[in-house]
This record gives sequence, structure tokens and C-alpha cells, in this order.
Amino acid sequence: MNGDEACCEGALAAGCRFFAGYPITPATEIAESMSRRLPQLGGIYIQMEDEIASMAAILGASWGGVKSMTSTSGPGFSLMMENIGLGICTETPCVVCNVQRAGPSTGLPTLIAQGDMMQARWGSHGHYEIIALSPSSPQEMFDMTIRAFNLSETYRLPVLMMADEVVGHMNERVVIPHEDEIEIISRRKPSVSREEYLPYKADDDWIAPMANCGDGYRIHVTGLTHDERGYPAMNAEAQERMVTRLVNKIRKNRDKIIATKNLYMDDVEVVVVSYGISARSAMKAVRDARSEGIRAGLIKLETVWPFPEELFRSVAGSAKALIMAEINGGQMVLELERSVRGACPVKLVSNFGGAIIHPRTILDAISKAAKGKL
Amino acid sequence: MDSLLRTERIPHIWCPGCGIGTVFNALLTAIKDSGYDPDAVAMVSGIGCTGRMAGYIRLDSFHTTHGRALPFATGLKLAKPDTKIIVVSGDGDLFAIGGNHFIHAARRNIDMTVVCVNNFNYGMTGGQQAPSTPLGAKTTTTINGSPEEPFNFCDLAASCGAAYVARWTAQQVRSIRSSISEAMEKRGFGFVEVIAPCPSAFGRRNRMGNALEMLKFYRGRSVIRSDIDTRDAIVDIDREIVVGKFVDIERPTFMDHYEKFNRPQMPPWRVGHPDHQKGR
Repeated sequence: MNGDEACCEGALAAGCRFFAGYPITPATEIAESMSRRLPQLGGIYIQMEDEIASMAAILGASWGGVKSMTSTSGPGFSLMMENIGLGICTETPCVVCNVQRAGPSTGLPTLIAQGDMMQARWGSHGHYEIIALSPSSPQEMFDMTIRAFNLSETYRLPVLMMADEVVGHMNERVVIPHEDEIEIISRRKPSVSREEYLPYKADDDWIAPMANCGDGYRIHVTGLTHDERGYPAMNAEAQERMVTRLVNKIRKNRDKIIATKNLYMDDVEVVVVSYGISARSAMKAVRDARSEGIRAGLIKLETVWPFPEELFRSVAGSAKALIMAEINGGQMVLELERSVRGACPVKLVSNFGGAIIHPRTILDAISKAAKGKL
Repeated sequence: MDSLLRTERIPHIWCPGCGIGTVFNALLTAIKDSGYDPDAVAMVSGIGCTGRMAGYIRLDSFHTTHGRALPFATGLKLAKPDTKIIVVSGDGDLFAIGGNHFIHAARRNIDMTVVCVNNFNYGMTGGQQAPSTPLGAKTTTTINGSPEEPFNFCDLAASCGAAYVARWTAQQVRSIRSSISEAMEKRGFGFVEVIAPCPSAFGRRNRMGNALEMLKFYRGRSVIRSDIDTRDAIVDIDREIVVGKFVDIERPTFMDHYEKFNRPQMPPWRVGHPDHQKGR
């Protein structure tokens, strides 16, 4: 199956039973698959009037106690930013899959880019932390969509799947495990009485148990800055308390959230860093470099946000150079540079979108770096 | 009534003389009289003065983003079909920034009750022009008079397929209450518009006097003409404000259709199959 279809199957396996969306290339196949599959499982598919409404609807469904998701590409992702912010502020679990295409604006609807990485991090207004994953294959579309739901249910926020056109449209074998082998996590429910329950009072892990609509707790949920009762609190102290917790529930749990896949990293001189489809070009380049006797290695980012800065800080001490391969003008490379703090040279291999990065281009950069010629 | 209020949040933020309180009171009474388990009733609102109702009612209540109450409520309703959903918002929220969502929610006939407090301007931000502002009326962004013709919300709702449509002025409290009750009982998209005074922003700039005078003015302009064509149910504060119950029809909801199409009673469609011949 293709990556978009695998994303749909992963969502269903994770327990997703509500999808609201709007057609957009190259993510349409996720919506089409959902429209066929959800009714078979007693779920709801609805095509909304735009992506603003789609995002609002999945938040509503999530408060109704049903795991929900939407999918889109750049132009729709821009429209979703408003209610992604509402999801962050109200701590609403859900999943948004962005199958990236080239921008800005309508750009290249049918062709790849990875240009929305910073938008994923900072696209909604105000200060917050986000979780974003980046799949490199249809198999990872399946696996990571399940993980995205688990993370969203655990940390109570919209989790972003930052896929791309090539991964979405490529057909590969996808192994769907037996349901007993799939770990499913659902939101923690309140364990106290209605009188004692404070909807936004966190446990020791910074996460607050969540009552759904109709559970009898009579919750109030607002996008205004709120106190532990969920009531609007218009002052600096409440803002400090609320945002500190929204930030800390991710930062303090980074070790549990961050995931990378490392290849040939034991004796490495030149480290290639990449994600999504570009990580597959990078893998080929690293293997070719090894066959040429260059001690190259790969760190593939599975979570792109939060960024594993500690990892790169430690790698930078022993490496000759770090190379970031990504299809944009240089977005995640900024984080890489910030993380290594000048401890070793950082080189960007990229294009602005429309085509994947040829492994040869990455291999050239590896060869130069190995010779100290970056 | 206190059992339906978050009394610890009172005093509220509404200005003296604001019409929202009257509508809120009618709404609370309608909910109480309905006999529904309050745990199975939820309120969704957008941004603005009216949207703040959600913060004072002791129900599951959701104060969402500007204009997006309806799509949020759509998701909530479809995920939890047994919950009674009441959406409350102002004219700016529902018909300017949220206009697209309104027409589609009505078209889909999502089973919910939408109460719109129409005060002819954006009150929360100090009184700017809205899609309801009468032609020539003064607001902070139309100091020489609004050059735009307003929407007729009830006509819009009816033309998009709403199953229940009514309009009253804020002084017609009993009618507001009974219309909200009827809309809640109606399976499908119910819409109740209330023309309400905003003495602090709209009234002051248009020399309409104090809150009581505004109430009486709107009431005085109102003419009850139930069941007329909504195109003729005009809101013209210089001539007349047509009020009444304009639409009360039966129409399958989104979920009725969804279940019909997704649990087909017929065998799969194919050319020439006898079950799919015309008239069957």
C-alpha cells in the first residue's frame, strides 16, 4: 500500500474513529481511505468546508471521547494553525498528518518538499512546545501514526506527523502486526470525585488527567489563559503558570518522546543527519561512503520536535563534520547548528523542493567533509 | 437556576443593560424545563460577549476560537450523538468570521441548537461594524455611517436548510424561551436569533438612549409574522423588525443520512440490477 493508506491503517489500529478533512494533494488518499474504512468500524468520516473547520471538528470529537485526526498539506496546514493553538492551549489529544509539498503558497501541489518544519514548530501564535514525527516509508507511516496517537493521548496535545509527498505516494510492503502486538495508549482519566476534580491540575509528570464531555465532571474548556479549574484568569501569574506547564510537560519528558535511528555510528567521522524521505537518500549515501572506506554514519530523526539537541552536542565532540540533508532552504539545520554550538562544522545539503535529494549529492558532501574540505 | 450556574464566577463581565443576560436567563430556563440530564447537555461558544456564556453555565462547556464554535460542535456532536448541543454566539462570530461554517452546518442539518445574540456590532472590542450593522449606522469603524447592507440571518439559515428558525427581540422573553425549547426538541439544525441591546457600544453611538429605551425601541419596531417567507422577514430598525417562528420542518439530519448510506440496505449498485431500477 502507499504511505497515505498506511497512515490511515495506522490511525485505525491506534483506535482513531473520527476523521474530519478537506481534499488536498498529496494527502487526499488519507481522507479517501478514511472515508471507506471508518464506516466499516462504526466511526465517522466527515468532509468539512475547509481545513479550519476540519481542525476544529477533530478537537470537538476528541472532547467527545473519540480519538480523532485530520490530514492535509501546506496550504491546509496554514489554515489549521489557529485551532492547533486551541488544541495546545486546551490540551486536546489528536493527530494532524501533513503530507508536505513545495511552497510557498500553492507552490508545487504534486511535488515534494520538507518546507513546513519550522511552521510545525512555531506556526501557531504564542509560545508552546510541540511534538512532531517524520516517517521515511509507508511502514513508518503506519507505525508512527500509532505512536503519534499514543503520544497525543499521553501528553494531551495535537501531535504532528510531518510526512512528505514521496513517502505519501510511494508503494511499499507494509507489515501490519497482530493487534496484541500493538501498544495502544489512551488518555488518563480523573480518579477523584466531581467536587475534587480540577481539570488542569497536573500530576507529578506535568500531565493533567482528562475528563471527556458527558463524564459528569461538567468541565469548562477555553482557549483563554486559564487556571487549574479551567476558568479564564487574565493576569501574568496565571499565564506564567499555564505556559510553564504546557512547555514542561514536553521538555521534562523529552527522553521518553525523542526517538532517533542510528546507522554506523560506532566509529563515525562524518555524521549525516536527516529525516523523512531525505533520510533514505542519506542512508544510501552513507552506505556508499562506507564502501569507499569513509567512516560515515547516519542519525535519522524520528521525532523532529522536540529536537534532540543533547545528542548532537555529544556527537559533535568526536565528529569531523555534521551534514544535514533536507528539502528546504535550511530549517532543521538551524537547530543542528544551535545544538552543536560551533563544536564542529555543520553543512547543509538541500534543494527548495520539487525533487528528492540525490544520494550522489550527499555522498559528495560526505567525501569533502572526510577530507576536511567543507 | 443556580445549579446550572458557575456561581463562583459571578459577577460576570457583561455591561449594565446588555441584552445577553436576558437571553442567558431564557436559555437556562429552557434547559431546566427540558428535563434533560444536565450531564448530557453541552454548550459550545465562539469568541465575543455572547461567547462568554459558556464560562458561566455549569455544563460541559467549550469556549473555542473566533468563528469556530460550529465546526467544533459538529465534531463533538458526531462523536457523542446522544449529547444535546447548544451553540451560543454573537452576530460577528457566527456570520462574519464563522459565516462559512454556519451555512454548512445548516446545510448538513447537524442536530444542534444555535442561539445568536444580535446586537448589531462587535461589542467586546468596543463597537465595530459587523455583518448585522444596519446601513448607515455608526460604529467605531463607520463613524459616518455603515456603507454595507446587513445580512438577514434568519433568511440565510432558512435558505441553507435549517429545520427550525425563529427571531425575537430581547424583551420578548417568553417567546425566546419557548423558541429555544422548541429548537432543542427539534431533530436537526435549530436557529434562534435575538435582537438585543448593546447600550455601551452600539446604542451610545447611535443615540438610542439607555438600555431600557433600546429594549422598548426594538420591541416597538417588532411585528410578529410567523410562517412568512424569510425573505420578507426583514430587520430594519428604521421601519420594522419582523419576528416570529419562520421555519419548523422535518428533515433528515447528517447522521440519518450517514447511517443510511453507510449501512446500505440495498445490494451494491450495478448497471441494470433490478433493485436499482427507477422507482424502486
